[in-house]
Amino acid sequence: MGKIKINNIFGRKENILSIYLTAGYPVINSMPDLAIALAQAGVNFLELGMPFSDPLADGQTIQYSSNVALKNGITLEKYFDQVARIRDKIDIPLIFMGYFNQLLKFGIEKFLSNCVETGIDGMIIPDLPPEHFEKKYKEIFDKYDLSLSFLVTPTTTESRIKYIDKLSSGFVYLVSTSSTTGKIDKFTNEQAEYFKKIKNLNLNNPVIIGFGISSRDKFLLANKYADGAIIGSAYIKTLKNSANYILETKNFVNKILKK
Amino acid sequence: MNYEIDKHGFYGSYGGAFVPELLFANINELAQNYINIIEKEDFQNEYKSLLKDYVGRPSPLYFAKRLSARYNTNIFLKREDLNHTGAHKINNTIGQILLAKRMGKTRIIAETGAGQHGVATATVCALMDMECIVYMGEKDVKRQAPNVARMKMLGAEVRPVSSGSKTLKDATNEAIRDWINNPGNTFYIIGSVVGPHPYPDMVAIFQSVISEEMKLQLTEQTGRDYPDKIITCIGGGSNAAGAYYHYINNKKVELISVEAGGKGINTGMSAATSVLGSDGIIHGSMTKLMQTADGQIIEPYSISAGLDYPGIGPLHAHLIETGRTKVLTATDDQAVKAGFLLTKTEGIIPALESAHALAALEMIEFSLDEIVVVNLSGRGDKDMETYLQWNTTDIIPD
Repeated sequence: MGKIKINNIFGRKENILSIYLTAGYPVINSMPDLAIALAQAGVNFLELGMPFSDPLADGQTIQYSSNVALKNGITLEKYFDQVARIRDKIDIPLIFMGYFNQLLKFGIEKFLSNCVETGIDGMIIPDLPPEHFEKKYKEIFDKYDLSLSFLVTPTTTESRIKYIDKLSSGFVYLVSTSSTTGKIDKFTNEQAEYFKKIKNLNLNNPVIIGFGISSRDKFLLANKYADGAIIGSAYIKTLKNSANYILETKNFVNKILKK
Repeated sequence: MNYEIDKHGFYGSYGGAFVPELLFANINELAQNYINIIEKEDFQNEYKSLLKDYVGRPSPLYFAKRLSARYNTNIFLKREDLNHTGAHKINNTIGQILLAKRMGKTRIIAETGAGQHGVATATVCALMDMECIVYMGEKDVKRQAPNVARMKMLGAEVRPVSSGSKTLKDATNEAIRDWINNPGNTFYIIGSVVGPHPYPDMVAIFQSVISEEMKLQLTEQTGRDYPDKIITCIGGGSNAAGAYYHYINNKKVELISVEAGGKGINTGMSAATSVLGSDGIIHGSMTKLMQTADGQIIEPYSISAGLDYPGIGPLHAHLIETGRTKVLTATDDQAVKAGFLLTKTEGIIPALESAHALAALEMIEFSLDEIVVVNLSGRGDKDMETYLQWNTTDIIPD
């Protein structure tokens, strides 16, 4: 299914919402229940984060959740088990999010094949540089039906954006700010200009805005400028010290989608 | 250039810049400019004059007579411990801050473990009147109080890092995140030959003054510009990179890197990266690192905070892989013992890091006509507490 499944989300309805969650957080086995609750609440696709000990591209909230998850004992084996359980119950696209070292150590082919077998549809690997991917790994990735989304930031030049678009599949991940995740609470004029600039480039891939999306207003704005929005930190925050994280999850999504 | 890197910063299969797109513009700006700026005459003039008049270079190459007699060979000590701030680290921070100034940067950030690189950075920031923020793991802030005090007195802001394992690797992550969040005005001074390209190459270039001087000093003292063996300690590997730099292509010189064996390689308490590590990515660089089967990076251990790093510089991974360097490991005990031995025989208290290099003297068979250089990367003042806590009655040699 993979790539087609992701392509099918776009252009069919307005206001696409993706949610990021950390495997193993808040408790070791919470990801399947949370993923199912998110899908039932109307989320269009999910980023399933595999915690890494040294997550360079993540802000404090997701670092914290990763740290807790690793202490809870999350491993790749458990991650893939949980993904398979999620896949049994829900049909929306599932995106792996993690760091390149995890693939390298596990074995890239084995990793990608595990992803396909357990029901992952696409990948986001923030520290895999597009040049290196193209030179060394594209051939391997091409063997598997998985989308791969590269990041674009406000400091990415126009020619590089086009190059990244060319190498990406599924969607391009537009980082809303030159900042690690979850630091800001509103879009500035500068950001709006940047989003418009990207829109006018008419990229081949749909564009999803992530980083710093924390409210319904920002979610709607992001959808105005692009093809969808990813929420990570704001959602992870609601799970901290939560007595009923399933209820919390439903409430959170309802607030964003205003159901 | 004596380390062969390709245009993407790879030494063979190691190195590169595995950084999130958020960091690409910063890294790219540096990678495009560093060689041009460093090679300019005005840069070289200012750099060399500061090394001479401010740092106190050239550092002596000292023939250690009594130590030589003990090991039946000819041992020279490259005295990086006599540099201003007490170690080789300042060779690099002077170079990088001059680069930062020429690139129009106004804010300096750095990571530090034991505090030596933090002090060397705070020092040059005071000298150049630049804002200085040093990231340091919360645990290290507590363990290294005197260096924290030095950095503060020099005007730096020390930011304790509470993420991850709260030590050097996490301080490095936090410094990288700071750089992501402050593109434009900020320059990140990395302290070792680690991190994304161009850092390993750039830091090696700034440390190459060590072997540049060795060539002249050896010629003067022995009539030949190269030794038979160079022995260095290696954590990230910046002093080793500097000491090897001009000898990489001279195969007559045996290069020996000594890693921290901690409480013993098989105890789970060591920093013997090349023995216990496998290929992977740490701090944006493909290298050898200590990691779990899942690719999670393992917190290392050594009595010496400067060797307590879970990776090694990519150029060292390459040199080891190709057999150009040989790696030995010295345990805490062996290093402390070697530190006491040098103190007693030559009147020099070495840093615990450098004591690991000295410990290798016990492990190698020398001949009488050999010339051996040990790079004495730092002085031991900072380690007095650790030395004195050791049960010295057992280990002080005759």
